[in-house]
This record gives sequence, structure tokens and C-alpha cells, in this order.
Amino acid sequence: MQKFITTITVLVFSILFAHAQSTTLKAGEQAPEFKLKNVDGKEISFASYPKAKGFIVVFTCNTCPYAVAYEQRIIDLDKKFKPQGYPVIAINPNDPEASKADAFDKMQQLAKDKKYPFPYLFDQGQVVTDQYGAKHTPHLFIVSKTSKGNIVEYVGAIDNDPEGTKTEKTKYAEDVIAALKSNQKPAITQTKEIGCTVKRKAKA
Amino acid sequence: MKINAFKIYSFLFFAFSITAYSQNVKLLNVDQLNERIKNGKDSTYVVNFWATWCAPCIKELPHFEKLNAEYKAEKLAVLLVSVDFKSKLNSAVIPFVKRKNMKSNVFLLNESNPQEYIDRIEPTWSGSIPATIFIKGDKRKFIESELTYEQLLTEYKKL
Repeated sequence: MQKFITTITVLVFSILFAHAQSTTLKAGEQAPEFKLKNVDGKEISFASYPKAKGFIVVFTCNTCPYAVAYEQRIIDLDKKFKPQGYPVIAINPNDPEASKADAFDKMQQLAKDKKYPFPYLFDQGQVVTDQYGAKHTPHLFIVSKTSKGNIVEYVGAIDNDPEGTKTEKTKYAEDVIAALKSNQKPAITQTKEIGCTVKRKAKA
Repeated sequence: MKINAFKIYSFLFFAFSITAYSQNVKLLNVDQLNERIKNGKDSTYVVNFWATWCAPCIKELPHFEKLNAEYKAEKLAVLLVSVDFKSKLNSAVIPFVKRKNMKSNVFLLNESNPQEYIDRIEPTWSGSIPATIFIKGDKRKFIESELTYEQLLTEYKKL
């Protein structure tokens, strides 16, 4: 009996630990399916885009200065690549209690004010955030539709210029899609960038 | 009367220059940070990465200031490394440090390529802030989240 309890305890702790330390997906891994509520009240999933060749999934939010700095570039990505088969799907990873300005009604307001051409989804319970292992905002995942399912092709930053001052930028996201469109694997599949941490409820 | 006013002005002038001096923000690259930790006189280092634009960082900075003040005698050095853009040193970082009257060592990270420097600081770091490294001799712990004063103290004492 004692042994059984120990086993269960270890199991429970490892589940809790795994949850708290969710690892970020890497290129080559399956992109988990999701169905989340958009700011217009409709539910959005990969299946909402039967003709898409892939997706630009970006975890972003209302409040983070880095996300704000990238907002227009995310809109531009959608305008440029949705017609080419790679729509943007934005997901807010922040807990609305931990970050009140990221609550659903605030998301609706921002999407309306800035005329977001892409869905802006609310991740109830931060489930999808943890499945993807999104750590900060903005955190970008480029996914391609293949015969083996939806596969992660790239994880990281949109470009190498968060301040928006460089004349010669490396546009990571655009380069990845250019490679995918010519049936090639992207040269760079992972980048790192400073960003705001995903806001979570304080642990009791 | 005139002399008194002059004295007061001189006193204020000197007082302000001293304050300004103690709140200097130095540029620091990753090599210099490692050197500072390796060759420093202190035995424990708590290195916090923050930015003036990061709300949870600003919320937890007083905890680091408190830890620094209360455990200085135990050879603890708190190093607060800002990852603000270098262009913000004079317009944002220095005014912030003055306004908050910060006493710990404050630096601005003098690196430009996050693809390279984030991994050199800590390979498991995704790049989100706040993030904190605790170092004592060979012991090292990295935490990529906001800390309460109790959590900070616990991690410090665990070293």
C-alpha cells in the first residue's frame, strides 16, 4: 500500500511538473489541433481553413510592448501570406485574471480598433499555450499541412528587429514561408528573442 | 543670509552629484558579466534580467533591492541587467533607476544578437523576462518567471 501511494505521489508530481515546465515544440513535431473562441464569438481551428497550405500561429497579446511593436508586422504577414495559403492565427496566451488588460472583451476591442484581418483567439485555461509551449509574446510557430498532418516548421521570432530600426532585417517568418512554398525545408527553424513572459495566475 | 543660501545650494549640488554617481548604469556584455561573477569578491550572485517596459519585472525589482540590502553582509551581490534597447539607456533606463532610487548594481546588456547571447547566458532560456540566475560557486539555478520576495529568499537560502 505504501509503495502504491508513493508511486501515485510521484506520478502526480511528475504530471504537475511536466505541466509547469511545458517544453516548446520544435520543427518536425506535430502541431496540436485546437478549437478556440475568436473575438467574433466563432470557434476557429485548422479545419476552418480547408484550402490553407499552412499556418502562421502567433501567440501574442494586447499588453506586451514587444507584441505591440510587432502588431503591424503581424497584420502585414496575414495580408501578404493569407492569399498565398498561409493565414495568421493569433492566440492570446495570457490568463485574464493575471493580466486584466488581456481579458476577452479587451481582445475584442483591440481587434476591432486595429481591424485585425486574422482571428484573435482566447485560450481558456492556457491549454493550447502549454501544448505548444509558448513562453513569451510574441512567440511564432509556422506550421505546414503535409500528408503526415500539421507539422511545425519554425519556432521563434518574426524578424531580428524588435525595435524596428534596422535597415537590413532578417525576416525569419517570410524566409520560412518562401522556403516552404518552393517545397524546401527552411534554413533557420528556430530563433530566440526577448519578450514578455506568458502571464499566469499566481500559484496558491 | 546670502552665504546660507549659497551653502544650501552647494550642499544640494554635492548631494545630487553623489546620488547621480551611485546610480550609474554601465553597459555590460556577456563576457563581462561572466568575468564579474568569476572574479568578484562576493560569494553569491543573483542576476536578474529585466526591462523598463516589463511590468512584472518592475513589480519584482523592489524584492531584489530588499534582498540586496538585507543580505549584503553575507557577501551577496545582486546584479540587475536590463535588456532594454541600447538606444534607451539615457532616455529610459537611467531616468528609471534614478526615479526608483535603486541601490543595487544596474547594468544595460551590451549585446545585439539575441540568437547568440540568450543561449550564452542560459541555454534553457526562451528569452522571456523576468528571468533570474542564482549562482554560488558551482551551484547554479535559473528561473524564468516572476518571483515574490518569499520565493526569492527561499531560492537564495537554498544555494
